[in-house]
Amino acid sequence: MSVLVFIETEEGKIKKSAREAISYGAALGDVTALALGTVSQDELATAGENGASKVLHVSDERLNASLIQPYAEAIAAAANATGSEIIVTAKSSLADAVVGRVAIKLGASLVSNVVALPDTSNGFQVKRSIYTGKAFANVNLTTDKKVLAIKKNAIEVKTDGAAASVEALSVTLDDSLFGATITSTEKAEGDVLLPEADIVVSGGRGLKGPENWGVIEDLAKTLGAATGCSKPVSDMDWRPHHEHVGQTGVKVSPTLYVAVGISGAIQHLAGVNSSKYIVVINKDEEAPFFKAADYGIVGDAFEVLPKLNEALKAALA
Amino acid sequence: MNILVCITHVPDTTSRIAFTNDNTEFDKNGVQFIIGPYDDYALARAVELKEQNGGKITVLNVGEADSDPTIRKALAIGADEAIRVNAFPSDSYFVANQIAAIAKDGGYDLILMGRESIDFNGGMVHGMVGELLGLPSFSPVMQLEVEGNSAKITREIEGGKEKLEVSLPFVAGCQEPIAEWKIPNMRGIMSARTKPLNVVEPTDNATHSEMAAYELPAEKGAVKMIDADNVGELVDLLKNEAKVI
Repeated sequence: MSVLVFIETEEGKIKKSAREAISYGAALGDVTALALGTVSQDELATAGENGASKVLHVSDERLNASLIQPYAEAIAAAANATGSEIIVTAKSSLADAVVGRVAIKLGASLVSNVVALPDTSNGFQVKRSIYTGKAFANVNLTTDKKVLAIKKNAIEVKTDGAAASVEALSVTLDDSLFGATITSTEKAEGDVLLPEADIVVSGGRGLKGPENWGVIEDLAKTLGAATGCSKPVSDMDWRPHHEHVGQTGVKVSPTLYVAVGISGAIQHLAGVNSSKYIVVINKDEEAPFFKAADYGIVGDAFEVLPKLNEALKAALA
Repeated sequence: MNILVCITHVPDTTSRIAFTNDNTEFDKNGVQFIIGPYDDYALARAVELKEQNGGKITVLNVGEADSDPTIRKALAIGADEAIRVNAFPSDSYFVANQIAAIAKDGGYDLILMGRESIDFNGGMVHGMVGELLGLPSFSPVMQLEVEGNSAKITREIEGGKEKLEVSLPFVAGCQEPIAEWKIPNMRGIMSARTKPLNVVEPTDNATHSEMAAYELPAEKGAVKMIDADNVGELVDLLKNEAKVI
């Protein structure tokens, strides 16, 4: 079975979630990965480690701005060129915006938040996360072509493949597809991207103010983690909105989520309930978050965090 | 300005999620339904844009009769009229097709909706609608300013945000902080009773998927509490029990 995997890159590197998507695709059939915009051939060849036999590269510089319509056009064109029946991508802000268009172009069924390999014993059934991680649905896809968006951190990255061949793919992209003009981009530099992160350290109102975020950042640095925050914290502009974890912010699914000074409103829990392990540190022993946690410490963040940071540093040294 | 706002009718965030009929149906028993929180942002911004520019807001829901109170709430918040496509929203393709069928002849300057519903969390209907209508689509949109026939939008990207200039019309999947949610006032609630809510039948029943069965995740074990003076125990558990560091 021919599988096309659209891979997103960040700062010239294939994202971890894209490697998860390739690994997913490799379990289904022969994977051709697709990269758009400027990326080095050497980096693209590493998609082979995760199971891609070939990488198609549409290097059109106009694709460095990730505009939705040309992305959808290029992905659909690559799917047609390779005769792929299944198109796989990691779920992300960009992919969410793009793949609906791709599915319509291809007449394909589309399912998002996929958390497991399909059951093909009787048709094609996939398991997806629904109700913001509070349940799953098993869905039968009834069209020949299928587009699957894989939930981040749901699939283990395969690392035993070889280098992939990289081939240029030429796609005609009409200027009219580039109608939107990007006037500015603001991006946090050098940080671990929150939606991609394996470990997340989040702070809430218990931190008392933005000037105290150093204890969160120190712990995150030690753990190689991304930093997040609760909604009130981003509402008060202590931290930027793209760090807001929760129902209406970023939903994360790390292996470890550390919540500091966050009481655990249901809207926050909805953004973190796919985490594999949750650690809660809070002064209030009645904080509802403890009920959702695997490990809990009742204590003052400003006393606990420096001690925890030192202990972690020693353990990880 | 002529704005179409597509809303979902979804269980409140705090709802207990359970299934019935051999795990093939969502159990609505005791569940409060609301306008999808992201759709609520889209509606609130539409109301602000109408206040600035004049025009009309039509709210659209694909759903059965039990959506009507949710639609009336949208009318109370400030929509002028409503359309309900009288059908169970079977899958994203079906919903997008119904929205496109309503929108294609409506002459809408903007088609707004939430970035995703909070029941199925797919986040893909806006793109499907854009493609079906041949219109640009943008998501997740955090800010939206309209000047004449063009708009300035800010969209969230992973780890940041990006500003774009675009021409109307387009489809946008919205999220905070595009606007503050609006709470209906008494005047809005009274006037919503007399605003038109037109019920139309679906154009077709085509779907691309079928629901087989729902599942609930495995129950979580009890929390292990660790003394604040013994953080080394937590480090040990993370390393040797959970194996996450």
